[in-house]
Amino acid sequence: MGGGLILGVALPEGRAYSASAPVTTSMPNAWVRIGSDDSITILSARSEMGQGVYTALPTLVAEELEVDLTKIEVETAPAGEAYINSLIGGQLTGGSTSVVEGYDKLRIAGAQARTMLVAAAALKWGVDTSACRAQNGWVHGPGGEKASYGKLADAASKLPLPKDVKLKEHKDSRYVGKPVNRLDSAAKIDGTAEFGIDVKLPGMLYASLAQCPVIGGKVASLDAGRARSMPGVKHVVQISDGVAVVADTWWRANVARDALEIKWDEGAGKMLDTAGIASALKAAAAKPGALIKKQGDVDAGMQGAAKTVQAEYELPFLAHAAMEPMNFTADVRKDSCLVYGPTQFQQLAAGVATQLTGLKPEQVTVRTTFLGGGFGRRIDVDFVTQAVEISKAIGGGPVKLVWTREDDMTHDFCRPLSYHQLSGALDAQGRPLVLKFHLTSPSVTSRLFPPVVKDGFDPFMAEAGAVPYDIPNQLADVVIHDTGLRVGYWRSVAHALNSFAYESFMDEMALAAGKDPYEFRRALLDKHPRLRRVLELAAEKAGWGKPLPAGRARGIALMEGYGTAMAQVAEVSVTGNTIRVHRVAVAADPGRMVNPNIVRQQLEGSIIYGLSAVLYGEITLKDGRVQQSNFHDYQVVRMPESPAIEMHIVESDEKPAGIGEPGTALIGPAVANAVFAATGKRLRRLPLRLA
Amino acid sequence: MISLHINGKARSVDAESDTPLLWVIRDNLGMIGTKFGCGAALCGACTVHVDGTPVRSCSTPLSYAAGKKVTTIEAVGTTPAGQRVQAAWAALDVPQCGYCQAGQIMSATALLAQKPNPSDSDIDEAMAGNICRCGTYPRIRAAIHMAAGRKGE
Repeated sequence: MGGGLILGVALPEGRAYSASAPVTTSMPNAWVRIGSDDSITILSARSEMGQGVYTALPTLVAEELEVDLTKIEVETAPAGEAYINSLIGGQLTGGSTSVVEGYDKLRIAGAQARTMLVAAAALKWGVDTSACRAQNGWVHGPGGEKASYGKLADAASKLPLPKDVKLKEHKDSRYVGKPVNRLDSAAKIDGTAEFGIDVKLPGMLYASLAQCPVIGGKVASLDAGRARSMPGVKHVVQISDGVAVVADTWWRANVARDALEIKWDEGAGKMLDTAGIASALKAAAAKPGALIKKQGDVDAGMQGAAKTVQAEYELPFLAHAAMEPMNFTADVRKDSCLVYGPTQFQQLAAGVATQLTGLKPEQVTVRTTFLGGGFGRRIDVDFVTQAVEISKAIGGGPVKLVWTREDDMTHDFCRPLSYHQLSGALDAQGRPLVLKFHLTSPSVTSRLFPPVVKDGFDPFMAEAGAVPYDIPNQLADVVIHDTGLRVGYWRSVAHALNSFAYESFMDEMALAAGKDPYEFRRALLDKHPRLRRVLELAAEKAGWGKPLPAGRARGIALMEGYGTAMAQVAEVSVTGNTIRVHRVAVAADPGRMVNPNIVRQQLEGSIIYGLSAVLYGEITLKDGRVQQSNFHDYQVVRMPESPAIEMHIVESDEKPAGIGEPGTALIGPAVANAVFAATGKRLRRLPLRLA
Repeated sequence: MISLHINGKARSVDAESDTPLLWVIRDNLGMIGTKFGCGAALCGACTVHVDGTPVRSCSTPLSYAAGKKVTTIEAVGTTPAGQRVQAAWAALDVPQCGYCQAGQIMSATALLAQKPNPSDSDIDEAMAGNICRCGTYPRIRAAIHMAAGRKGE
């Protein structure tokens, strides 16, 4: 590898070429690699899990670099300092931050690289840089000279990083803001895209892992005699989380796993059951909370009330149920360790591999494949730890661990369940005077990022923890309660919990006030024109207030999440106890869009992901065991239940906001409010069940 | 050794006859496009064609496929319906994470081969066995209509 690696990041070797002349590659910075054959590779530091970063992030670099986006190669970045997500403080994909965080940084990186290429050309030709211009992978000089990026890259990469670079005006964009098709689609349509489950290394073995049916339990005794004698089995090894069978194919490993005779020490977790957890959660709600928002004086406000409203809402544990079951490949050697697979958190994957092997950080390499869904599950690295332990235990060498769907469903880090107590007061004209909100729920952050939680306050639990409505007296607080079951981040995190409670309650307040739910909200948004606009837009496009076919009813909900203002109107019918969502009109203002095609994908997909949780999703425990095991008892939305989704996106020059998650949160209250309109029954618990 | 006719080629495989076809395709034959999702014929990620009929390869034993013609995502584009489906998928940019898409394409291709002009309810019925957690269903529906040569209803 030629050229200067300015940021000192360890990078994988370039592609192999069949050309006779050896190809060298140069890196003007951590994001761009240019081959002497004019190949351009742009690195994406975020994991592609469906949300489109493999396209959107390189688009930002390519725009300023002045290269043809359709001709570049994209590579997922290794673990490295340069690739840390500054909004999170780790190399982590999550929180709908990828575009928000990369928007300036990656355009600057592209502009820096372009500036260096232009400077190299100007030096070569002995002209001023201002007389040269970059276009489509070439630098053109004042006298008709031209040189390709590939010919300039080596010299360019030795130049100092330019400090101030000029970014394009938005109106001059070639790609940013345009609905470009995804760069990963072709490989995902012809079956060649590499997911974690597809990793293949020379000499690789396959592992299936028996884990204790009670999360956290350990092996008490093992008889592996029968398993060891089965076809293809090479090793049976005990690791922290259970017993792994390693064989020459995964199926043989998995069949032999069923022949293991294991006695488990189930530990304290065996006492857990859903009813006990729910009652302990409610008891914990009596504790004082950490403050989310305080405004005015709620007690004084209550004094002047003409009417008061109270309600409680509950949400269950949920599995992520990504389509690709958890898996990872590890290859531990004497002086190196490769961990290779689908992760949202390269830094933590590298960290656990370093810790488990005792190797130096520079001896550990993380390679990221495409993720067959992430949804927050792949922020955790339990399966990376397991793969490394297995490779180590068999004496080293590549081994691919693949979980079954049942493993995946029963050993998730569930979305926290939650209990919300709300109360409010209205004056004689039906205007809200008071809104009180008290959330009790487990904290994911306490486990994953403990220093972030201070004085009982987890900022990720406070998401959508206050409403934007103009209500003079507000008090919102949160109690962290550990139920004994580990929990994880789940697409839209606390937004989904809190907006279900708040936006259901706003409808209950509107009812008590004798007002239309849309008009009731709209009157409280004078200070929030962006939110009022999306509310009006969704209502208008959905035909709010206009007659519907018999049996249909609408519900509306509004939220600001990840910087995006969003409103949804759901149209439902109820037959017997079956809720059918026919249509969702969504209005969103996500700020400036890098790729409107991907924004639309995310908006649509996030609503459908959320709808599965609204209609079906619930993980329950009995004797410490997760009772759901596969898609027959953990149902998700399928094609026939998938509603028509009409998207209305507000054009905006505001800074980009997150779009992968808010839709997931908001579909819950929109549907619950529609079910109330259809049936007069207020469902305060998810999933929505009429019987 | 068991003989298999897959994507126009004869292959022989050293695997137990009750091994699911999925794992033979993936681990023994090294074709990775067909995916493992549930192992219980509940999600459709592993869909392949056996003699033109869509089957869930995770729950189909190798012995069942022996002597029959198996087509996977790697070769579905050589059939007229498969070619149209893949072209429509590309035009409408259907995939998100992409993991389920091979199975979706195999189911959609089998539908179009049987019903060149499917209605929305035909699509509901034929595609109900294929889960997509990213929620690409609206684009899948539109792409099937496009491949059939008509606009969405």
